[in-house]
Amino acid sequence: MGDGVNVKVLVFASYAEALGRGELNVELPAGATVADCVAEVRRQTGGRVPPAPLVAVNRVYARPEQPLAEGDEVALIPPVAGG
Amino acid sequence: MCPWLTHDPLDVTALLAEVASEGCGATTVFLGTVRRSADDGDVVGIEYSGYDAMAEAELEGVLADARARWPGVRIAMRHRLGYVATGEVSVAIAVAAPHRSAAFDACRFVIDQTKERVPVWKKERLAAGTERWVGPHGG
Repeated sequence: MGDGVNVKVLVFASYAEALGRGELNVELPAGATVADCVAEVRRQTGGRVPPAPLVAVNRVYARPEQPLAEGDEVALIPPVAGG
Repeated sequence: MCPWLTHDPLDVTALLAEVASEGCGATTVFLGTVRRSADDGDVVGIEYSGYDAMAEAELEGVLADARARWPGVRIAMRHRLGYVATGEVSVAIAVAAPHRSAAFDACRFVIDQTKERVPVWKKERLAAGTERWVGPHGG
């Protein structure tokens, strides 16, 4: 068992368009938070998602300081516009 | 796919049948339709997309909150995904309650909360042939 945390990051709508893909696999250090994951995604993609997007972890809105666990499904959520 | 998201045209009559009940004396319906206005860039249609699994959970949460605030209300809703042309219905909500106050209020609550919480996005297709993403609570 490694020390890090591997998470799947889903991006949607305008973010997916900006990245040209809908999914990334991100490897983070143990104890990494939602904010750390966003920073890593920005690093990997040359800043093509905003610095403080809405984020969901396992389909529930999450705060930046929430810690991540191995296998979590993280979603970067552009401003919602349903209804 | 969850019961509230569909790629098919919405059947408002079916939604009314879902909420009908002898104990309900008031029924309200909200229909969101794709609007065309020259002032808004002349939209000919909207492509709806969503984070389906989370949208299902959020819609379930919205309906649960409504039922908690207005005990006894019956609610049915559908949200379309995919391309919806101008004039077509993109979201439909039917609410039945014993009396009209709850029927009006719960219906308003459901559409307002849907627009706040549910991870669905809109990409407008304009008459000029271009496309643009809609910002939060656009329309």
